[in-house]
Amino acid sequence: MDLVEKALAGDRRALARLLSLIEDDGPQAREALAALHPHTGRAHVVGVTGAPGTGKSTLVNELAKTLRAQGSTVGIVAVDPTSPFTGGAILGDRVRMRDLAGDPGIFIRSMATRGSLGGLARATSDAVKVLDGVGFETVLVETVGVGQAEVDVARTAHTVVVVEAPGLGDDVQALKAGLLEIADILVVNKADRSGAEQTARALEVTLDLGRNNAGDAEAWRPPVIKTVALNGTGVKAVVEAIGAHRAYLRQSGLWDRRERERIRADLMQALEETLVGQLLERVGEEELDRWVERIAARETDVYTAVESLVGLKEHSRASGR
Amino acid sequence: MSKQYRVLIAKPGLDGHDRGAKVVARALRDAGMEVIYTGLRQTPEMIVEAALQEDVDAIGLSILSGAHMTLVPRVLEGLREAGLEDVKVFVGGIIPDEDAETLRKMGVVEIFGPGTSTVTIVEAFRRHLAGG
Repeated sequence: MDLVEKALAGDRRALARLLSLIEDDGPQAREALAALHPHTGRAHVVGVTGAPGTGKSTLVNELAKTLRAQGSTVGIVAVDPTSPFTGGAILGDRVRMRDLAGDPGIFIRSMATRGSLGGLARATSDAVKVLDGVGFETVLVETVGVGQAEVDVARTAHTVVVVEAPGLGDDVQALKAGLLEIADILVVNKADRSGAEQTARALEVTLDLGRNNAGDAEAWRPPVIKTVALNGTGVKAVVEAIGAHRAYLRQSGLWDRRERERIRADLMQALEETLVGQLLERVGEEELDRWVERIAARETDVYTAVESLVGLKEHSRASGR
Repeated sequence: MSKQYRVLIAKPGLDGHDRGAKVVARALRDAGMEVIYTGLRQTPEMIVEAALQEDVDAIGLSILSGAHMTLVPRVLEGLREAGLEDVKVFVGGIIPDEDAETLRKMGVVEIFGPGTSTVTIVEAFRRHLAGG
């Protein structure tokens, strides 16, 4: 608990320790999050997502610089994948964020997915809460390089920036469901390369199609912004769009609605983890292994096992049905 | 579950040879550690700041420029000032024996010269991390 007080007072070492506590999970982490909760809810959480190599880290670096120049403090959570085989990870996002070193108004934390598949780590949303709680005004969340459907970031962030690059696919790619649907702002990065114009146009056309179907003239129309993050071109326009989206969320009431959706999702996740944890504690590894063996031997199946494990059919089974 | 170790691999100074750092980063990754890789031309201040923010258990410094006797002490001093003296510091590169001796006395836990196998390096990281 001491750690929370220190972090709230601006102790960066305590903040870093707190983030580790939350990544490693456990009762202390829950206590810390409970203590921080009253301080949260103020930061504008901006997710940055897109395929590998589109320039997310470089864009985050530039966004953070611009936001700092405008006076906002910036917390960054950058997620990279954990190896499914060894549990190890290379967290390399800091390579592109070297401009941000030495600024006390910035705090960067790299995070490995540790088995989560939706583009974020299980602990990412809690890490965002910590940075929000200790007072960072903007929190940038950079996802792993994603494919088409890793959309967890939409639940964690108020504003989602989807980063595209020229040459990644034709206009049918732009029509598909998934990643593009969660975009509040679309960035075509590496716009100095050939094909940037076509990519931007394909995205614009797709967005207009969607707008016709929604039939809501008041709805937010994601802007398509061309950038060259490497030299900062267009980054100011992205920061302006982020600000405009925040104003839109506030004034449309969506800010509160998204907040409630997020709280509900967090609540569901916590419930699942707690209930499954309790169950596993009661049942034990050995019992679980026995069920695995029985299912493998085709004596029973997964669903029957679950019913029995959670106690739904204990009596009917015992009575020989 | 065993503790998930976090290690910072950094290249202080101005030489551009990052192959060694990458090989070690990859070996530690394959050994199940989370490796924060910061890339080339890091100042000692940047390394200390990254170690603090990332809450790492160990730092591996790769230095081939010959500037180890100025760079390593500045990293160690920065870590002490930041209250990070419990972070284990490893150095890899071309370090003459007498310098290695001095660096060890200053607090570097292990020094790896050219030709050291990744197995040896991973084993050394594991041993020192497990030792508290």
